[in-house]
Amino acid sequence: MSTAAQAAPTLAPASPRRLVELVLRVRTFGILGVLALFVIVTSIIEPRFLGGSNVRFILSETTLYALLAIGETMVVLTRNVDLSVGSVVGLSAYVSANMFQTHPGIAIPIVFLVALGVGLACGITTGIITAVGRVPSLVVTLAMLYIIRGVDTIVVGSNQVVAESLPQGFINIFHATLLGIPDLALAIAIAVAIAAYYLRSYRSGRDLYAIGSDPDAARLAGIPVARRVFMAFVCSGALAGLGGVVWATQYNTIDVNAGLGLELQVIAAVVVGGVAIFGGSGSVVGAALGALLLQTISAALNVLGVPSIWTQAIAGFLLLVAITLDRAIQLRLAAALRRRRVHLGA
Amino acid sequence: MLLALVAVFALGADLSSQFFSSYNIFTLCTNIGDLAIMAVPMTLIILTGEIDLSVASILALSAETLGDLWLHHWPIGLIFVVCIALGAVCGAINGFLVTRVGLPSLAVTIGTLTLYRGLASVVLGPATVSNFPTPYSNLGVSGFLGVEWLSWSVAIFVVLAMICGIVLRMTPLGRSLYAIGLNQEAAFYSGIRVKRLKLGLFVFSGVVCAVVGMLYAFELSSAGENIGLGFELQVVTVVLLGGVSIFGGRGTILGVALAAFVYAGLRSALLLGTSLNENDFQVVSGGLLILSVLVPNSASFARRANEMLRLRARGRALPRQTEQAKH
Repeated sequence: MSTAAQAAPTLAPASPRRLVELVLRVRTFGILGVLALFVIVTSIIEPRFLGGSNVRFILSETTLYALLAIGETMVVLTRNVDLSVGSVVGLSAYVSANMFQTHPGIAIPIVFLVALGVGLACGITTGIITAVGRVPSLVVTLAMLYIIRGVDTIVVGSNQVVAESLPQGFINIFHATLLGIPDLALAIAIAVAIAAYYLRSYRSGRDLYAIGSDPDAARLAGIPVARRVFMAFVCSGALAGLGGVVWATQYNTIDVNAGLGLELQVIAAVVVGGVAIFGGSGSVVGAALGALLLQTISAALNVLGVPSIWTQAIAGFLLLVAITLDRAIQLRLAAALRRRRVHLGA
Repeated sequence: MLLALVAVFALGADLSSQFFSSYNIFTLCTNIGDLAIMAVPMTLIILTGEIDLSVASILALSAETLGDLWLHHWPIGLIFVVCIALGAVCGAINGFLVTRVGLPSLAVTIGTLTLYRGLASVVLGPATVSNFPTPYSNLGVSGFLGVEWLSWSVAIFVVLAMICGIVLRMTPLGRSLYAIGLNQEAAFYSGIRVKRLKLGLFVFSGVVCAVVGMLYAFELSSAGENIGLGFELQVVTVVLLGGVSIFGGRGTILGVALAAFVYAGLRSALLLGTSLNENDFQVVSGGLLILSVLVPNSASFARRANEMLRLRARGRALPRQTEQAKH
């Protein structure tokens, strides 16, 4: 025992927990590293890439994905997945923006609340079926994707919300900047910070990690798994609802195809951002950075003259690289932890 | 499930006099045939506890390659070989990443789904190819060997389903798939070549989807962008409706086959006979999907709910059951 205690200080980091946190930090910095690499290389070739308007453009494009990534991270952390976010965004975008058409002169915050309400309703339904009905989330959210999109189509019919019917103040939300940085981007950054703090410092937040690591162990340890998973889905739905408003301010014209296919891009951002698809590890900061990285790459490729037709293929390829890397890190980590335990005689 | 099939057809006949016309049945067949063919390898993959979401993208890649090579006047026989090989390679990549690198199939196939569809749009670009030779483009309009109401796709599906169904039930190979799904570790230690089988299944899926891609392009008489968009989710829906457990280890090809016909029949009946449209059907199919998983759960759920209510009334902690920890 004493030899182990003497040996411990010479090992760095000194405990398995620190090792895990080191890896997390490495992973997050890894994304930043790749991001920096892309930015530097592209701006050497095309200096305009670092220009103010381009940076603003990239940040604006990222806001929607980053917002959705927060909610999706919370769900994926618990070893679930939410495939319905795209449909929720579509429905919420139409319902909320339509308020401007049916109730002209309505206050903008009320429209935000309506969108939030739509998202909450979807999230609560999904959460109940998954957590209480014990139906696998892949199945539930797949079904909800269809159902919500179908409801959206029924509600929208052949109408659409046109840009002219939206008040200028609403449209300006997307373009407003503070010291050159888009307002929305700042707001999302704050949201990410709040979410990160919650996941790290609050018991219910940390429980999500536990549930993802080993649901049975979590249950036996007394964590109210069903309640936590339910909350995760409610958050994902609520944030997707708000995402609908962001969509509305961004695109201004909303038809029946709003939000189609978003969910896969959000999941890609989350996975690239270091959140393990089987749950248990990752961070919202990483996920948001993942969203930023994907948008930056897309913009960089555009600037470099790579035909935009390649973007999808490259995004898919990057996703595969990211999960392979994560797996390699995971294996190294497990091996290191095993060596550590043997060394300390535990 | 069999009852459901009968019920659906009765409903259909009731709602519309045209339901049993050979034209309608044929349309029904063409709608479901390609989906159903893809559902067969998907069933096998889900039985082993994995999933392949890239099926529609492989279909698209194959169809677009077909179109592109045909545009460049390659001989049709060679095109067939290339497309099938392409499907095999795509499946092999999936299988390699899942078995050798050890990545979860959900994540892998979401990645390859994006990758392959991206490659598909690179291959053909925004062009659309439509001038396929007549014997092939007739696949979409003429029946199988002259039988008016049976489409080629359903005929192929029936043959494939029978072969795979027999293999699943009667051969050791088939039983190993169930074993892998129920308990992969135990299957591995009892000598089943888990990795090799899974790799083989992914390659099989790739090849089948490539073939369906060509078939679909011929049926539509065109190969263009966004072909088969969203198919993968419909295929998974049909497989799950057929009683295959998403966790693996449970389900039959027969169930999936019946589910495919119920799905197509229901859609046909609703579209023909009532004022519902395609979108309402989406809502219905989503609801069906949830029900199909909830209903088997409902017996144990009702029991648990009763227990919970009783014990809560007495103010005691609830003893919980453990359950499978996968998605």
